[in-house]
Amino acid sequence: MARAARRLSEQINLSRRPALEGSETVMPWVTVRPSGPLSRLSLRAPEASVSALSKALGVTLPGKPKSSAEKAGRAVLWLGPDEWLVLDGAGNLASALQGVKQFHSAVDVSHRNVGIVVAGEGAEAALNAGCPGDLSLAAFPVGACSRTVLGKIEIVLWRKAEHEFHVECWRSFSDYAFAFLTEATRDAGQP
Amino acid sequence: MLLIRCPYCEEERPELEFRHAGEAHLVRPSNITAMSDEDFEGYFFIRSNPKGLVYERWRHIHGCARFFNAVRDTVTDKFVTTYKAGEPKPDLGKPKARLPRKSARENVGKGKPAKGRAEPR
Ligand SMILES: [Zn+2]
Repeated sequence: MARAARRLSEQINLSRRPALEGSETVMPWVTVRPSGPLSRLSLRAPEASVSALSKALGVTLPGKPKSSAEKAGRAVLWLGPDEWLVLDGAGNLASALQGVKQFHSAVDVSHRNVGIVVAGEGAEAALNAGCPGDLSLAAFPVGACSRTVLGKIEIVLWRKAEHEFHVECWRSFSDYAFAFLTEATRDAGQP
Repeated sequence: MLLIRCPYCEEERPELEFRHAGEAHLVRPSNITAMSDEDFEGYFFIRSNPKGLVYERWRHIHGCARFFNAVRDTVTDKFVTTYKAGEPKPDLGKPKARLPRKSARENVGKGKPAKGRAEPR
């Protein structure tokens, strides 16, 4: 009996399978790729806690609507007057705020979201296929970020460079987001 | 697409990011248990639903997620102004200057004929 159970456990593959693994859309003017794993925090805090949290994270929490701050691979995106999304490509954010005594709420949402990178000269046009906001450089400059919509789902959009956007969507919506953006790239020709 | 100004995001955003959230400035009674059924019905169910300017709650649900208040004209669907939750009802000053279509209606019957729009019955 014990031997049978052991044999069964050896047959079960316990490795994590990331969403959108291996997906890739390459068009002449725009590419769509999963961002790879990220550590993520959903952070809520009142004004009085902002400086202590900024110190602990090593990045100053942005206070201006639609703005972000980035330092050493760690980014903080403004989502609302007391709400931020923290992204880290290398480090683990789960314990980053453990020592902070000031009032705040930090929830590890690393596996709730999936990141998709839309890059290339047609990136803006591809996103605008389903995102109703003004994504011109004047209205949505490099570093701008916002919670918004893409087709039928809610996303967080962050412009990392003139022709590079990072899309955050919920994990269960990632197939929809990727398929939608792939369809959109077919229309996103030379700008 | 209709653009709605969010007082927290401090800019106009597409209407798809917003959701309507009912009449604004309703005051919750301090002692609900002592109310008569008629008064409770009035507080809980009865809304003014006027034709013209309404004070409403809206939520920037797919943006900053905050609730705020708006003054909207139900005839034109035009947002007159938006302001943060908790702020008093805005003084609309001279509504006739801000809402020419309404002022045209109001002038009907005062000796000035309304142009291009019949008086609603
Ligand atoms: Zn907003």
